[in-house]
Amino acid sequence: MTPPSPEPQPSRESAEADRRDDSRSTDAADEAVYGCPPPVWRALERHRPPGIGLLQRWRSPLRGPWLTSVFGSVLLVGLPVVILTGLLSYIAYGPQFDQAIPADVGWLKLPTFDWPSRPSWLYRLTQGLHVGLGLIIIPVVLAKLWSVIPRLFAWPPLRSIAQLVERLSLLMLVGGILFELATGVLNIQYDYIFGFSFYTAHYFGAWVLIAGFVIHVLIKLPKMITGLRSLSIRSVLRTSRAETRPEPPDVDGLVAADPAPPTVSRRGALALVGGGALFVAVLTAGQTLGGFTRRAALLLPRGRTRGDGPNDFEVNRTAAAAAITPAETGTKWRLIITQQGKSGRMLLDRAALEAMPQHTAELPIACVEGWSTTQTWSGVRLCDLAALAGMSTPARATVRSLERLGGFNHAVLQANQVGNPDALLALRVNGVDLSMDHGYPARVIVPALPGVHNTKWVRSIEFGQP
Amino acid sequence: MRRLLTRFTAFYGSNPLHLLGTIAAWALAGYVVTLLGPHALWNTKVWWQSIAVWFLAAIVAHDLVLFPLYALADRSATSALAAVRGRTKGPPPRVSPLNYVRLPTLAAGLSLLLFFPGIIQQGQSSYVAATGQNQQPFFGRWLLIVGALYGLSALAYAARLAVSGHRSARRPIEPSVKPAASTLD
Repeated sequence: MTPPSPEPQPSRESAEADRRDDSRSTDAADEAVYGCPPPVWRALERHRPPGIGLLQRWRSPLRGPWLTSVFGSVLLVGLPVVILTGLLSYIAYGPQFDQAIPADVGWLKLPTFDWPSRPSWLYRLTQGLHVGLGLIIIPVVLAKLWSVIPRLFAWPPLRSIAQLVERLSLLMLVGGILFELATGVLNIQYDYIFGFSFYTAHYFGAWVLIAGFVIHVLIKLPKMITGLRSLSIRSVLRTSRAETRPEPPDVDGLVAADPAPPTVSRRGALALVGGGALFVAVLTAGQTLGGFTRRAALLLPRGRTRGDGPNDFEVNRTAAAAAITPAETGTKWRLIITQQGKSGRMLLDRAALEAMPQHTAELPIACVEGWSTTQTWSGVRLCDLAALAGMSTPARATVRSLERLGGFNHAVLQANQVGNPDALLALRVNGVDLSMDHGYPARVIVPALPGVHNTKWVRSIEFGQP
Repeated sequence: MRRLLTRFTAFYGSNPLHLLGTIAAWALAGYVVTLLGPHALWNTKVWWQSIAVWFLAAIVAHDLVLFPLYALADRSATSALAAVRGRTKGPPPRVSPLNYVRLPTLAAGLSLLLFFPGIIQQGQSSYVAATGQNQQPFFGRWLLIVGALYGLSALAYAARLAVSGHRSARRPIEPSVKPAASTLD
């Protein structure tokens, strides 16, 4: 909150506030001035709800502007990364082909561009950061909320119209961050108990969060800088629990009026929150990094091993779930290749595809849930198939699956994705035929493409003109 | 001009930029709501599966459920510890066990909060369709993690006691440790 009263002046000596014994004679809140109309705010202050005193018995000697500013500055760095990588994921899905979800977002997106297909680990990096960092900041978000919770129960809650407006805007910030974290955490574990469309909710929720976050930063940045300067991190790191003193009383009432003796030093509290973030990192990073670290992602779906075989890597949507039958993928299967706007079509069976020049590439599949896995894929280059169809540089390719239902049974690829020499219609993985769950008889694998657009059980490819 | 600014600030309670910025933020949020539309915000069949409900429930769940619960748990733990100490005869322990209970409890709680869908096997059918596996191992794995956390904490506490015992045997009597009090509320 930003009452018009002057801020406590930061002084050089305040670096030593940690050791100073405050007289605590002045109650900073008393100095606050009322905005218009003063009688309303005074009346509000006089009408204390019964029991509010019980809710104001904050005891922690650690709460204060400095600690809140430290948590705030960590989130000031971390949250923009999570938000930007999330918005990039929307572009990676290809909004120019109406295949980003939700389809209609009005002006609410970054300027659209063709998602690059180099480096091949691009989406693995951006989405791994989005999900990984989003999970890692959860302990910091909880600590930040803990540090400011006295404000929620402060009385009077308002002293001016400005405070009313600002407190309401906190609904966007707090609701936005908690909503985004909750839906994200559920989605990466395939728990759709919320019932609504995850993509729609998470995307629009993000914009409410952005609104709340930006205004909060604009209003609070000066206060955060003042707060950070009020104690030196060196003196905090040197101060043991027994020497830990409360911060000087602040105008916002974060510092407890009647603090208990410390049970944790300030550095201990920072270590606790940092340790919590590290703990989450250890339990989640493996799903993105893969290799031996995957086993550390003990509680995540993609931290589990499936076996040692060449097809024993993570499956996204099983053949059974997609209702793919052996009859469709057996000897009767033909790949249909067409050109947009032309009536002729080309049918290729698996033997014909195997007779074409084969290319092998080591490529990651990276999913919107943040997990990824790198495998060695072999098959026919998409650009070779386009040339076979008589189009050397197609502007796009629409790939359709044998799967009838399901939102991701087709995907449109951009020109740069079709033209990438590592973009394949894969027939084999790690030296053997694809398994049914990995898209036998043929699947698409394109560098840096969101995992779900690497269509499995391919039925047809239509190459398009500009 | 300056007088106008002062009068505005006195009336509103902050500078004009504060008002302009907040209006802009609310306008953006309002635009989001119009894009979403009432049908996406509110599920008429199952009310609690609505975006609007989840948005507000997230705030209530943290501020009025999760926070009071963990603050109460922490205050109970500290006062229980103090009560036990008050009843036992002899000198108080050289090192308070409080933080050696808090730390594994917080870590166990955090891991449950983040990974409860797998631990309680919620959303099994979509999980199987997506991965071809089931959620069966997660509860056991979580119990192992919890066991490891508390076990390591117990070892650390024992080591700390041993070190401080060694120290106090070499030094004259130290002033007794202050009674522990809550910092989580």
